[in-house]
Parts: sequence; C-alpha cells; structure tokens
Amino acid sequence: MKDTYLAQFEKSKGGALADLRRRAIDRFAALGFPTGREEEWRFTDVGPIAETAFAAPNGADASRLADFAKGPLRACQFTFIDGRFEPSLSSLKLPKSVAAGSLASFLAEDPKRVEPHLARHASFEKNTFAALNTAFVRDGVFLHLPRGVKIDEPVHLLFLSAADGTPVVSHPRVLVIAEEGAQATIVESYLGPAGGTYFTNAVTEIVAREAAVIDYYKVQRESPKAYHVATVMAHLGRHAALTSHSISLGAALARNDIGAVLDGEGADVTLNGLYEASASQIVDHHTSIDHAKPHGTSRELYKGILNGKARGVFDGRIVVRPDAQKTNAVQTNKNLLLSKDALVNTKPQLEINANDVKCKHGATIGQLDRDMLFYMRSRGLGNDDARRLLVHAFASEIIDEVKVDAIRTQLGGCLHILSS
Amino acid sequence: MLEIRNLHASVGDKAVLKGIDLTVHAGEVHAIMGPNASGKSTLAYVLAGRENYAVTQGQVLFRGKDLLAMTPEDRAREGVFLGFQYPVEIPGVGNTYFMKNALNAIRKHHGQQELDAAEFLALVKEKARLVEMPEHLMNRPVNEGFSGGEKKRNEILQMAVLSPALAVLDETDSGLDIDALRVIGGGINAMRSRDRAIVVVTHHQRLLDYVVPDHVHVLVDGRIVKSGHRELALQLESKGYGWIK
Repeated sequence: MKDTYLAQFEKSKGGALADLRRRAIDRFAALGFPTGREEEWRFTDVGPIAETAFAAPNGADASRLADFAKGPLRACQFTFIDGRFEPSLSSLKLPKSVAAGSLASFLAEDPKRVEPHLARHASFEKNTFAALNTAFVRDGVFLHLPRGVKIDEPVHLLFLSAADGTPVVSHPRVLVIAEEGAQATIVESYLGPAGGTYFTNAVTEIVAREAAVIDYYKVQRESPKAYHVATVMAHLGRHAALTSHSISLGAALARNDIGAVLDGEGADVTLNGLYEASASQIVDHHTSIDHAKPHGTSRELYKGILNGKARGVFDGRIVVRPDAQKTNAVQTNKNLLLSKDALVNTKPQLEINANDVKCKHGATIGQLDRDMLFYMRSRGLGNDDARRLLVHAFASEIIDEVKVDAIRTQLGGCLHILSS
Repeated sequence: MLEIRNLHASVGDKAVLKGIDLTVHAGEVHAIMGPNASGKSTLAYVLAGRENYAVTQGQVLFRGKDLLAMTPEDRAREGVFLGFQYPVEIPGVGNTYFMKNALNAIRKHHGQQELDAAEFLALVKEKARLVEMPEHLMNRPVNEGFSGGEKKRNEILQMAVLSPALAVLDETDSGLDIDALRVIGGGINAMRSRDRAIVVVTHHQRLLDYVVPDHVHVLVDGRIVKSGHRELALQLESKGYGWIK
C-alpha cells in the first residue's frame, strides 16, 4: 500500500517543511516497506501494516475520548487524537520561559524555531517508518527548555486513537530540546479503545545539551488490534543524562527503535524496557547506544514477559567509537516465557573500537521457576496467584526504577496476562 | 490427624517409598529418622504434593480427607505445612508480603476475614520474636541472601504465622549452629499444642534434645523398620543405623 501514502502525500504537500517532507517521501518511496529480508526486520513481519490501506484521519469526536484524558498525569498534559492536538483535553502548565506547544502551531506561527532541529537526529535515510513520519509531519509536540530550567511536574504527551470506523494512520512527532542544565520528565502514552484497528507511526527526537537531564517514559498500551511503530532518537552533550523507559504492553505489533548518541564527554544513558505480550502479539525493540566521546556510561536492561503465541524481539547494539575511551557500558536482556508457544529472539551486540573500555552484555530466556512455584503453593497461595507474584517479581526490577508514581502504580496493576 | 497407609511412591523410575504406614494424632510430635537416601524427604514432599513424586500405591488421610487428591495449595489451606530442608529464595517477592498473601489465602479458604496490613504486621511481629527473627529480614525478598540459619528461622516463622494443624519439618536442624538450634527448637516447642501434630524429619538426634518427641520412627530403604520412643533416638545416636535391620 505504498501508493496509498504517495497519493496521500500529494494531497497534503506544501506548507512548512515542504522540502524536508518531499525528501522524506522520496526516501520512503525508495525504501518501501520492509520485506523481512532486511537484517533489521528478520523477525518482525510488517505485512499487516504494509497491506492495510490506512486512511488519513478525518477528525474524531473528542468528547468520546475524554475519559482517557483524565488520568493521574493530567496536570500537565498535551493530548492528541489521531495525531492532532486536542486543546480541550490538554492542560499546558509550564514555566513561561519554556517554549512549548503543539508542533502544528509552531509550524504555523514560528517555523524557524523548529526547522533547525527537526529531523536532525532521527535519520530517515535507512528507516522507512521515520521517513514516512517525516513526510507526513504535521503535528505533535515541540518543547524547548531554556538553560537551567527545571520542570518538576512530568510533562504528559498523550496520544489517543479514536478508532471509530475506517483504520487510520497517525504520525505523531515529538521534539524535545533541553538546553544546558535543563531538566524535565517526559511521559509519552499511546492508547486506543480496545478492538480498534489503526496504525501509530511515531517519531521522537530528544536533544540534551551539556549537563541537561531528561527522564523519558514511553508507555504503549494501544488496542490489541493496533499497529505501533516508533523511533526515539536522543542526542546527548557533555555530562548530559538520559533515562529512558520503554513500556510496551499493547498492540498486535509493536516495534520500537530507540537510540542514543553520547556525543559529549561523560554523558550518561540508561535505556530500560519492559515488554509484555500474549495471544499472537509481536513486540520488537531495537536499541542502539552510540558512545562517540570518552568517559560515557550506559546501562541497558530490557525485560520481557511472553505468553500464548506471543513473540518478542530484542536487538541491542552498543557501538564504542575509537575516540570513546573509558566508556562503561552494560547491556542485559532477560525474557520470561510463560507458555511453550511463546518465543523470543534476542541479539545483544557490542562493537568496540576503543581499547580502554568496560563493556559487557548478556541475555537470558527462562521460565517460571518450578521450585519457587511449589514453595509458594505449599504455603497456600493458588497457582495463578503464585505465578502472578513471580511475574511481578520479574518485572519489579524495571518497575522499581520508574520514578513517576502514576506509571509505577499503573504497571503494578496491568501486568495481567500471566496464568494460561 | 494423619493416617498414612501402605504408601508407595517413586521419583522417575525409582521406587523410593515402599509401603509406609504411619498414624499421627493431634497433640503428638513424631520424629522420623533414618540414614541418607532412606526416603525421609520424599515422604515430606509427597505429603506436601510436590510434582514429579508419583504415588504408586496406598493412601493418605488428613483429618479424614484424601490428602493425595488435593493440590499443594489446598493441602496448605487445609492445614498441612512443610518446612523445607532447602528453603527457596524468591527474588522480588517481599517476605512479609508473601506471608500475608499466604495467610489470607488460608483464611479465605476457611471463610474467615482477610487480615489487613496493620493486623498482619502486628501478628508477624509477635511471631518474629518467637524465632528471634531480625526485623530487617522481614522486608527483604523471601529468603534472598539469608544465611542458612536465617532461612530455617524463616521457615519456623512461616509455620508460626500460618498456624497449621500438621507441620512436617524436613531436616530443619541441618546446617544450624547450637544457638540457632536452640532458637529453632524453642520455636517448634512453642507451636506444640493439643490441636496440632508435628512430624520432625531428621538425620540427627540433636534437635530432639530440644524438641522431645512422643514417637520415633526409623525409615530405612523406604520402609519404617522400627518405631519407639525417645530412647530409640538416643540409641541411634550412639550406635548409628547399622544395627537396625
């Protein structure tokens, strides 16, 4: 259905970023959808995305989705419906010095603020979905934190899909720039009504300049029939710190490409992830950590819980450039398979081009421990309860690291698939 | 309380229990002794319902009910407790939280109101004193990083909290120093009551200096070959198992 997108583009071309969008659609046209022969897509078949004619959104009734926007993070919340900013469900409480708003409004009123930064970090050269997103970039979030500003309240970016009939595609775009020493917590949530078929194709770019601190959460709870593809690219300056949590619970197919470039001395990155899939869900994380400068540290822990016939993919790549001496990088992927038909493909990779570094990586795939289960049952806990406790225990290593109370609480309650 | 009749069980292809008969009444403490690999732990596991232990013959009645037909959790809820020789570490599951869930599952089974956090905390603090359990271990994950002695204390603490009708304690004394043995023995003695039966499975008689049994049985090669009283345990201590055939 590549042509559907090309036709949609012809109807929406022009306006702000016209050149960028033109280059992106050309790139998408050249790359097309992955066929499965590409190394990056070996285990994840995007056939259902490629073969469905997702329409451009046509305006949905916001009131119908109002309940979704009443969560505990509503104090500072940007809400989007099918990729379009919805002011009636938003509440932008931010310090005056922060330039923040919908990307559409910035592109309309002050495109010069956006243009120098957009698409500088999430390259679409080889990433067809990023190209597609960029070709259709219209709306999303622009957040520019000036030097030294600290936002205490988590900034919630809530992406809702209306899913009221025709399958639609949205291309949310987020651009966060934290100037020197700025600090913020950003939470992206992706949600849709159960049963809805739609396609979310998101791109987020985060720039953390010297000593900036960004705590980033991505919580994906799309409809079980939805498709979710996201690219998150972060660029870190000297002594900047990024903590990223990718929580992937929903969607029929979810693919996350999450990357960070440590482009200043002493930058620090934590990439954590928790994915849970059941039935025939596919959840795929590709991560890349690029140590470009010395004294960088990175820790990466991804944990997966797979039940039914679900399939998990973890592909984690750490590159240490020749210049990046004294790098310290640790990468771990652990998977818990709850059924005999669940499957995971894990591929941790280190590419080290410097000689004075500490790097290690590892992956495990296991089942619930029978001795633990028996021990718990012998104390009176039911089999399901015992399994649930053990799954929570497995996930708690990630959940306990989540600093936003509302997400931690929510995660405690929604690891639900368990006993089969 | 417990009636074991002609119990045969195997692990894989190997017959381990070859016809056990044992009757335990409420209020009694029985010691089951025997050399290594005589089937003592197998008996304990079979009573608790561990998988991969196949009962090939015989029956076990617990308070008149068919124990072998029950799931492990139902046995626990009906009042059977197994003290493990090697208590399992459960990372990520808090010790107090675990015990509270277990106790409430048992209470629910009996139609009793579940205890809330405050009520449970009061109970567990009282019981922890009984086994001199350091408070910081209560908030740690179950048995994780506990010393051997701390794990055994935790077993006795769980027994005290869950208050079973029948406690089967599998080698609870193994790996304990004298001080820990005294504490554990004291904890077990405090649990002795007219309504409760305790079966102590042990290789050595030294625990029996603290927990004086009413009956002693010697298990050799999957059968009880001799039964007696306290003196039998002392004889075994001085003469070993070789003289019993």
